Amino acid sequence: MNSDIGEDKVPLLQLLTPEGARVTGRGNSAYRKRIAGLKPEQLRGMYRDMVLTRRFDDEATSLQRQGELGLYAPSRGQEAAQVGNAYALAPQDFVFPSYREHGVLQVRGVDPVDRLEFYRGTDHGGWNPLEYNAQVYTVVIGSQALHAAGYAMGVQRDGLVGTGDPAKDTAVVTYFGDGATSQGDVNEGLVFAAVNQAPVVFFCQNNQWAISEPTTRQTRTPLYKRGEGFGIPSLRVDGNDVLACYAATQEALERARSGGGPTFIEAFTYRMGAHTTSDDPTRYRTTEQEEIWRKRDPIDRLRILLENEGAIDGDFEAELRAEADALGERLRERTRKLEPATKTQMFETVYATEHSIVSEDRAWFEAYEAGEPTDATYATSAPAGAASQTAVAQQGGTR
Amino acid sequence: MTAPAPGPTTTTFRQAYREALRDALRRDELAFLMGEDVGMYGGCFGVSTGLLEEFGPERVRDTPLSEAGFVGAGIGAALNGMHPIVEVMTVNFSLLALDQIMNNAASMLHMSGGQFNVPLVIRMTTGAGRQLAAQHSHSLEGWFGHIPGIRVLAPGTLEDARGMLWTALQDPDPVLIFENGRLYGTEGELAPDAGPVEIDHAAVRRAGTDLTLITYGGSLPRALEAAELLLADGISAEVVDLRTLRPLDTTTILASVSRTHRAVVVDEAWRTGSLSAEVSARIMEGAFYELDAPVARVCGAEVPIPYAQHLEQAALPQPEDIALAARELVQDHG
Repeated sequence: MNSDIGEDKVPLLQLLTPEGARVTGRGNSAYRKRIAGLKPEQLRGMYRDMVLTRRFDDEATSLQRQGELGLYAPSRGQEAAQVGNAYALAPQDFVFPSYREHGVLQVRGVDPVDRLEFYRGTDHGGWNPLEYNAQVYTVVIGSQALHAAGYAMGVQRDGLVGTGDPAKDTAVVTYFGDGATSQGDVNEGLVFAAVNQAPVVFFCQNNQWAISEPTTRQTRTPLYKRGEGFGIPSLRVDGNDVLACYAATQEALERARSGGGPTFIEAFTYRMGAHTTSDDPTRYRTTEQEEIWRKRDPIDRLRILLENEGAIDGDFEAELRAEADALGERLRERTRKLEPATKTQMFETVYATEHSIVSEDRAWFEAYEAGEPTDATYATSAPAGAASQTAVAQQGGTR
Repeated sequence: MTAPAPGPTTTTFRQAYREALRDALRRDELAFLMGEDVGMYGGCFGVSTGLLEEFGPERVRDTPLSEAGFVGAGIGAALNGMHPIVEVMTVNFSLLALDQIMNNAASMLHMSGGQFNVPLVIRMTTGAGRQLAAQHSHSLEGWFGHIPGIRVLAPGTLEDARGMLWTALQDPDPVLIFENGRLYGTEGELAPDAGPVEIDHAAVRRAGTDLTLITYGGSLPRALEAAELLLADGISAEVVDLRTLRPLDTTTILASVSRTHRAVVVDEAWRTGSLSAEVSARIMEGAFYELDAPVARVCGAEVPIPYAQHLEQAALPQPEDIALAARELVQDHG
């Protein structure tokens, strides 16, 4: 299909080539300065988080195949985009992920087992968003873009933008994919962020596929240009280049925290795995295409750089492998031990407080489960007054 | 000597829906299918597999990820004389298109002074039971049954899965077809010459004398199973399949209840403010003096549908729940 959205015709910020070499040409000097100060231990940290993210991904995929998880959405191939982005965050920044941002949550320090509670169905929450400044996974496509815009407007009202205090100034990042850019919510999120100059970074991982639909089904213009149309500074970065993703995000976050408003970053990457474990990519894409992107693996290129610069050696690699193995073992063991939720748990998170309809349903359900007589007509056979008294008694937990 | 008519063939709901689409696309050159992943992928639930290859990308169209977009565009195409069949992946996603469905498709004839009807068919998956969690699993067809200007269908048999689409396409007004996702893989026998069916009436799927189970769609097989369980207890249950949720065929409902004098409404959707409430109210309005017992309801738990399998199943009406409610109704009001 003819299209002008492909990689050859669009300027792309790249600081690390697929071969693992730093890009030294002219034009990127402002971004190169942003990574010049990254110390070897920081680069090793990025590498470690990318490797552990992939191990998490592989383990979770296997656990799903073994029937231990209901579903899983792999992030394979997007580790550089997510980890590079998350390394630029300040602790007070707040992130709104979709269901695929395992690399961001890795950097945020969310326990991998807590993340799998969601996919196992033992707990929808999994972690406390306020502890990590990371919202729980959002499943609805693109909704979080509006949530991020609103949260950022709240940050403005709190006076946490443009104070000049780096420990105080706060930004928000939201993550979504190429498919989500067609949804109203994302476009409306861009409108709200732009007109309010809200401190939010729209981090679009263009991984080329929305389930079976290629990006050409969503757009005839490079996605970053969508941001420009809303009056938002925008750029495309090599999403498999952790350094470019870090540098671009850092610039965007500085703009946001200082009061300069939103930024749209299109991280051009590839979903190497399936959309979810329910999906079979062989139905819609070629192994040739997958092979092209395998050669651009984000982890390989950082490893080559670190090896060439002497930042890692065989010992480090061996230790990291051992750490990944330990993570895998811990994930398998602890995930299998996660207890299924009790059957009445579904009644506990419908309302924040006691609620008459839920209490009635729950009382019926508990009686049914206990093999006690239930009243299929929900007390309608009793006089109206008696029925309401029954409801009150049920709220007290007796029947 | 004539060859014997071919016997019924084993098929699934998925295949029956696909055959209906194929038939419509063959018979009506103005018909086309559009939605997310309907082409190359064959639909997220595999309903349109092979149709892109057979009919080409003009008539089987993968769209951008925008429910408001493809439903709204479907309305526009219908206004221009086309016969669009729009697929929404799940009923939960249809909420993104609710403005297009209700404020536009359902109101267009009225707001244009009768000038523009909208011959649009919208198909979507409904129902729980496949571990897709609270944002992909609800049963909101009752909400759509609330809206004047549209017709709402809910196939619960292979014949209806095969036959409702074509009749819906002949309707000059918007028609919504709710395909219960649990049934897609359900197998059964379908006559090789199965074709269009009428979409005005409810159907008695099993005759009985002691009470009537009133249901539709994905709950129909469970109600029929419950009727078997009840038979073992010596209770004879009639099963009425609503088929069309708007307009409800009140005549068939009241006729059955007038024979059996007891009714249990079964719907996996929530109880409060629901289609089951509407059916119950109509029985009260139209057959109050025929009733030997209050109308009972067996509905889904009033919670967002849980993701964990055991919770999800617990939240849905099961044959045993239905049989229990029926038994209590007969025993308490014998």
